[in-house]
Amino acid sequence: MKLPFLPNADNPSFFDFLIQEYPALTPIGRSGILHAQAAAEPTRGAGSMSVPLATTVLAIKYQQGVVIAGDRRATEGFQIAERRIEKVFKIDEYSAMAIAGAAGPCIEMAKLFQVELEHYEKLEGVQLSCEGKANKLGQMVKANLPMVFQGLVVMPLYVGYDIKRAEGRIFKYDLAGGRYEESDYHAIGSGGKDARNAMREHFVKGLAEPDALKLALLALYNAADDDVGTGGPDLVRGIYPTAKIVNATGIIDVSDQQIRGIYDGLIATRRSKES
Amino acid sequence: MPMPYYVSPEQMMQDKAEYARKGIAKGRSIIAIEYVSGILLVAENPSASLYKISEVYDSIAFAGAGKYSEFENLRKAGIRHADLKGFMYSREDVTARSLANGYSQSLGTIFSQELKPLEVEILVVQVGHNGQSNEMYRISFDGSIIDERAFAVIGGKSEAVQGVLKEKGFTQPPELQTALTFCIAALDQVGNQKLLPESLEVAVLDRTRDGRRFRRLTPADTKQLLST
Repeated sequence: MKLPFLPNADNPSFFDFLIQEYPALTPIGRSGILHAQAAAEPTRGAGSMSVPLATTVLAIKYQQGVVIAGDRRATEGFQIAERRIEKVFKIDEYSAMAIAGAAGPCIEMAKLFQVELEHYEKLEGVQLSCEGKANKLGQMVKANLPMVFQGLVVMPLYVGYDIKRAEGRIFKYDLAGGRYEESDYHAIGSGGKDARNAMREHFVKGLAEPDALKLALLALYNAADDDVGTGGPDLVRGIYPTAKIVNATGIIDVSDQQIRGIYDGLIATRRSKES
Repeated sequence: MPMPYYVSPEQMMQDKAEYARKGIAKGRSIIAIEYVSGILLVAENPSASLYKISEVYDSIAFAGAGKYSEFENLRKAGIRHADLKGFMYSREDVTARSLANGYSQSLGTIFSQELKPLEVEILVVQVGHNGQSNEMYRISFDGSIIDERAFAVIGGKSEAVQGVLKEKGFTQPPELQTALTFCIAALDQVGNQKLLPESLEVAVLDRTRDGRRFRRLTPADTKQLLST
């Protein structure tokens, strides 16, 4: 611990602290380095880089909270980069986020956001409000904008349980850091449109928890059906999409077994239509 | 041009130390004591929102005695140090030893270079898990650092409280309730008063918890624990 840490301790943001003291650990600082490199070697411009991309993730509101789920595939061009990538992250006791975009920066943003919220809570002695957390994430997405021009897109989908309002909330973002609240459901990523279509057909307000979970997995299945970037259930290796439930009691990981059970039923129904 | 008075370095350090000691002794004591599944921290604190005990990281807690503004600054710097280290490397690489060393360096530098020393005494404790032992570091206003065993006391009449604790010491870490009763009794005896749960700040580092092991006990929790 160096002494210069002492005077600026009044800003409770860990992200701002990193930007000030360790810019190389943040997207803003790195974009400066990349710009300098691009200027030095103009042949290696933007877009020439190939990085693993994470795809479809979605969130659905239900009666007591929100279900958030994502597939497990990361692609690199026409190759599969990773079959078991985890795209849904627990952020704190009452919120989770899912990501689509360049896998590395995405995971880093989730990790940084976790530290950000914990840091705030420890410094201030209270948790940020649900709205406050969503806004902070928006600022972090905005800070990533220079990296978007380098081809490193990070798209989060944020869900939180608002204790004051006693309801689950879903927030989506745009690349410029714009923050929009969704009232029912949303999906992002390459298969996002397919997933949204599936949810539009079946969504009703005030779903029960098992129905919301089933719908989330159905939407992911449909997305995997139509989008090459989205991974469906891998029956051979036993890899299934992951889901988390966010409600007043906190965050619950839906077990692999439960997800497998739902998919077994779903696949059996599909198969019966074919014969 | 007036000539500055000559003050011998020895005299200057002595004056500074005396000044800091006076400031710290004005406050009230804080006790950290090992119990069977972790470390218990008890402070006499009439305020329900201005904390003296705080979470720093997964299994590390901080307690400060003396001037609030000064140890609050140190607390924030410590959290910053821990979160940065955990973010750069990994959560398990954040240790109380490195944090205590940082505090010791900072306090030592301020004590020798600044006109006014910090009037603080701080505790950095870490609960051991997976068979590791607990660590307790007491750091004084001049940066001197003491590795404590079984219990540690800072602030107020710390030596008197330490005496009481030592006298009735445990050979094995006690149960949480026993440890709490014991700490309150020691504070009562030294302060010559009867402390109510409302004027106590109580927290534990509980090794049986997953992830963040720090937990604050509200006055209601404390009351319930004492009555069972």
